[in-house]
Amino acid sequence: MNAVSKPIPQPSPMTQAFWDAAAQGRLVLQTCASCGTVRHYPRMLCTQCYSHEHFWQNSPGLGAVHSWTRCHHAFHAGFAADVPYTLVTVDLDEGVRSLGIWKGDLPLTIGLRVQGRYDNSRGDLEWLFEPQMK
Amino acid sequence: MSLKDKACVTGIGETTYMRGSTQTAFELQIESSLKAIADAGLKPTDIDGVIPVGIVSGTADDFIENFGIPDLRFSAVIPHGGASPVMALQCAAAAVASGVCRHVLITFGRNVSMGSNKAGARIHNMPQFHYVTEFEYPMGAIAPAQLYAPMARRHMELYGTTVKQFGEVAVACREHALLNGNAVMKKPMTLEDHFNSRMISDPFRLLDCSLESDGGAAVIVSASECAGDMAQPKVYIAGVAEGHPDSPGAITQRPDMTSLGIGKAAKRAFAMAGVTHADIDVTEIYDCFTYAVIRQLEDMGFCGKGEGGAFVEGGRLKLGGALPTNTHGGLLSQGHVWGLNHVVELVRQLRGHGGAAQVKGAEVGLVTGYGDMGDGALAIMRKA
Repeated sequence: MNAVSKPIPQPSPMTQAFWDAAAQGRLVLQTCASCGTVRHYPRMLCTQCYSHEHFWQNSPGLGAVHSWTRCHHAFHAGFAADVPYTLVTVDLDEGVRSLGIWKGDLPLTIGLRVQGRYDNSRGDLEWLFEPQMK
Repeated sequence: MSLKDKACVTGIGETTYMRGSTQTAFELQIESSLKAIADAGLKPTDIDGVIPVGIVSGTADDFIENFGIPDLRFSAVIPHGGASPVMALQCAAAAVASGVCRHVLITFGRNVSMGSNKAGARIHNMPQFHYVTEFEYPMGAIAPAQLYAPMARRHMELYGTTVKQFGEVAVACREHALLNGNAVMKKPMTLEDHFNSRMISDPFRLLDCSLESDGGAAVIVSASECAGDMAQPKVYIAGVAEGHPDSPGAITQRPDMTSLGIGKAAKRAFAMAGVTHADIDVTEIYDCFTYAVIRQLEDMGFCGKGEGGAFVEGGRLKLGGALPTNTHGGLLSQGHVWGLNHVVELVRQLRGHGGAAQVKGAEVGLVTGYGDMGDGALAIMRKA
């Protein structure tokens, strides 16, 4: 265990539903109720039609690797016991990106199919990516 | 109306760049500001416009109070991190060109040694990073090195850019810093030293990362018609522009993670100045990370996308090379004052006051700013 706690997400009224779903283990993506455009991170307006109206669509968390970095330096004491850890940026199939913690083998390659999931087995809610099962 | 040649940089000032300064950010800012005002041959009360870079030390009101400015006619705040100093040149040029004011002080000071607000913590107090703070910081994407590294990794994967090419940037900056008495880094560096430095956030090693240092810098932008009888050789702002990436607040969500705001601005600045890349004698390029220099060179059109790594090889960026860059040592080896030191250095070069790092015959030069994850700006300056 780390002696110092990790930072905890601070939801805003605009993002509360995202974090409520995350606490239940579900990834949801903000979707325009007027034109269907998916937007992430959550925003006030749809950039395509400027509608405020939206709903939260469940996502299976499937996508492909866009890029990554392996972190060797703990910039926050809460991560001192985690280094080195790998952050992976994923092109979700819905057309937006997701940043998560990589739990599969290295090295990574662009385009590798991956599956995301929430995990709270270590106390903090973590968003993990692993290779997609064939 | 174009801003071409409507404004000149008439004064420059810097404190000593160091670590462990006991002066506050505002003291450093005041010191550099008074130096810039004196350099221009002005009095503090001649300043009628103020742009404090960022909101990290003194405000425009603080300068009225301390300088006794009787009639400040213009102030602005530009909230784009390291892009702010060069964006401030555009803002100041517009203000003096339109007659709102005559002499704008652009000023910055920071002390990162006092207190515990290191880079990783600092950005999460800034409103423009709210997406990163909410969605990425809790996962361990904390400091700029970690947020920028995936851009560099993708560039390496797509275009074959190498660690050694990053090292070329670091080594060029270090060689120039060794010629500069006012540089934090004083030891030589080889490509091997760069390669062997400890990994921070792959692919960034320690020597790919800019310095955390204390200091102040300031410049005066004056209406060109006022600049003729001032103390220093005239240096014109010939072309200037700013640009912002799509999804500025989160690199993760950017349609093309490797594209920067400066790509949108570069054509505007070159067209305004009426010069081509071949006319540029010296560049001062914002170097928060080595990779950022390579990528900006591409986005500005000095080479094609994906060709920046090969472009910086063979000492091209060193004094004596085809495109001397960061002749002061840059953020990587001189000091980090959000790139206002880059503006100071370009003016020094175009005055012919570059000392041991002077680019011979430098007549036209370019300075860039880069901040808040990819907002960008560039200014093309020329000597009279």
